[in-house]
Amino acid sequence: MEFLLVVVVKIVIILAFISLGVAYLTYLERKVIGHMQVRLGPMRVGWHGLLQPIADGLKLVIKEDIIPTQSDKLMFILAPVICFLHAFLVYTFIPFDGPKGFWGYGGYISDVNVGLLFIVAIASVGVVGIILGGWASNSKYPLLGSLRSVAQLVSYEVAMGLAIMGPILLAGSLSMVDIVKAQEKMGVWFFVPQIVAFIIYFICGVAETNRAPFDLPEAESELVGGYHTEYSGFRFALYFLAEYANMITVSAIAATVFLGGWLMPFPSILGPYLSFIPGFVWFALKVFFFLFVYLWIRATFPRYRFDQLMAIGWKILLPLAIANLLVTSFIILYLKM
Amino acid sequence: MDEVKNINKTNFAEEFVDATEELVLNMGPQHPSTHGVLRVILKLHHEKVVDLDCDIGYLHRGVEKISETLSYKLAAPYMDRLDYISAVSNNLAYIETIEKLAGVEVPKKAQYIRVILTELARISSHLLWLATHALDIGAMTVFLYCFREREEILNIFEMVTGARLTTNAFRIGGLPQDVPEGFEKAVKDFCEILPGRISEYEALLTKNRIWLARTKNVGVISPEDAIAIGLTGPSLRGSGVKWDLRKAHPYESYNEFEFDIPTGENGDTYDRYLVRLEEMRQARRIILQAIDGIPEGDFTAKVPKVLKPPKGEVYHSIEAPKGELGFYVISDGSTKPYRVKIKGPSFYNLQALKKMCLGHYVADVVAIIGTLDIVLGEIDR
Repeated sequence: MEFLLVVVVKIVIILAFISLGVAYLTYLERKVIGHMQVRLGPMRVGWHGLLQPIADGLKLVIKEDIIPTQSDKLMFILAPVICFLHAFLVYTFIPFDGPKGFWGYGGYISDVNVGLLFIVAIASVGVVGIILGGWASNSKYPLLGSLRSVAQLVSYEVAMGLAIMGPILLAGSLSMVDIVKAQEKMGVWFFVPQIVAFIIYFICGVAETNRAPFDLPEAESELVGGYHTEYSGFRFALYFLAEYANMITVSAIAATVFLGGWLMPFPSILGPYLSFIPGFVWFALKVFFFLFVYLWIRATFPRYRFDQLMAIGWKILLPLAIANLLVTSFIILYLKM
Repeated sequence: MDEVKNINKTNFAEEFVDATEELVLNMGPQHPSTHGVLRVILKLHHEKVVDLDCDIGYLHRGVEKISETLSYKLAAPYMDRLDYISAVSNNLAYIETIEKLAGVEVPKKAQYIRVILTELARISSHLLWLATHALDIGAMTVFLYCFREREEILNIFEMVTGARLTTNAFRIGGLPQDVPEGFEKAVKDFCEILPGRISEYEALLTKNRIWLARTKNVGVISPEDAIAIGLTGPSLRGSGVKWDLRKAHPYESYNEFEFDIPTGENGDTYDRYLVRLEEMRQARRIILQAIDGIPEGDFTAKVPKVLKPPKGEVYHSIEAPKGELGFYVISDGSTKPYRVKIKGPSFYNLQALKKMCLGHYVADVVAIIGTLDIVLGEIDR
């Protein structure tokens, strides 16, 4: 009974935390990019615009719900839900803190032995929501957008999957908790021995979440919003939230697999002074770092063209990921022999 | 059983044929990247353009007809609304044509100030072009940086004319009034900051791999084709044709200033980008020469209150930021023109769109519309 209660409480806390995080990620994006572009970003709602995400959310909820008459209604309604659901489902397996974290209750909802595989699998299902949404709209711009997203996400998924094979080989486990523990045992975070995989993973992660410079499925200057052109009100918000939740997911996986999750940096030097800081703070800081890089990239780079994007995925990232996997396996094999 | 199979087979075949049909995509008139209300009808094979047709006229206001019903002086503000991004240049072209028609001699001082303001308009027009072009290709930050500098120019316009966008800056015979105090300082301050700001844009774009990939070899047009289509301005010079009306047929006092005409080599989007950036620097050079050399004298010539040019016709054109902007005016000796024909650069530049776009991707169409630097207010008139 107590076990059930703990799980429910954890689910509620994590869900609330992530929802709020997603909302305030939009605020962060507007502020960070705003300051990079010599303007202020939101300033009116609340102190320095702090209540802006809440006002935006409220606005989207009370907007008129438009379903195009020519659309496939069931699919049109279902598609954003699929996208949203799978973006949030992933957080079940992400360790925010170690097994002793969260005051002894364990800093994650569940630790399964195929955790990372499960996360990648579920994250891929989210693509179905995008495809369905573009198709069900029965309109040309969304159709082009969803076709682009199919090609893009499928091809980057491959390189991404191969990139995270490297750390998995080093850890010898697919469990997210075990991967972090392996980094603790090894004394060095996996981004050092797996720097190639780390870079490939992050590039693919940006492409996976449809963010600049790979934001082709929703390129507003070409496709007027891509797959969600016909969506408005809260259905649009679901897509929007899913995209930002996916950004946090990719960052969280990167932080866990490559940057040691809840571990503190340089434990031998900083350990005596900073041990009072709970693990989830370190985790949050690492996730924040990746999110900042996301926003930084968006403010800096133009957008790739579709064929160039595919060429990078298949001709550069995929061979590199395979090479990295082979080299890693041979080294591990050699060390074991 | 066999029948059922056959039916399925034919259905599949039909579906297959349907699936490979060309997709007709309406881009515009309401589209974020058509720079106004241009409607482009694209025929796509996958994402490649196989055919393209432009539909214009959504912003037609009948400027040419309106100016037949107004006296020569009253028609001038309408010309600001043609290419509203560089209203000063439009105004200059119209005013100069009427001056040529009526034989009005403009004092040197007015000429110099006209040069300064039109060159500022050129910089502001190119800044807006760079901003929107970069935004179309996805570089959002450049957009806001350019608007920051454009704001400075608009402040100068506000200082001189009282308006920011449709300035109606000049009058037949010269200027409506002398420039205010502090004008020279404001212009010099702006010229001071401009080079640094241009290198800021260049830092973000010129050697950016993505920018190069998106603009190199996109929308190529050969010098022969460019001349045949009638391209003018930076779109022509990007193909390597050294043609600039400020040098070829100097108007105002352009023959008294030193400046270069930048040209491209390959005639692609990237070259046109470089040409326009260099033109901003050259415009700054002209402004600095002009502001230091403003002669003493009147700011306007003596022009009769009711202007009645002698019977006759005249064509006069200037190098507007987007290309050759010409006015053909016929006078029947009355207070109103018999006919005013406008030759706008955007209209001619738009004709190159099809040639540039065929075989490219949808994303390139957006980049090419951007690089042609069209303004629908001038195309539709």
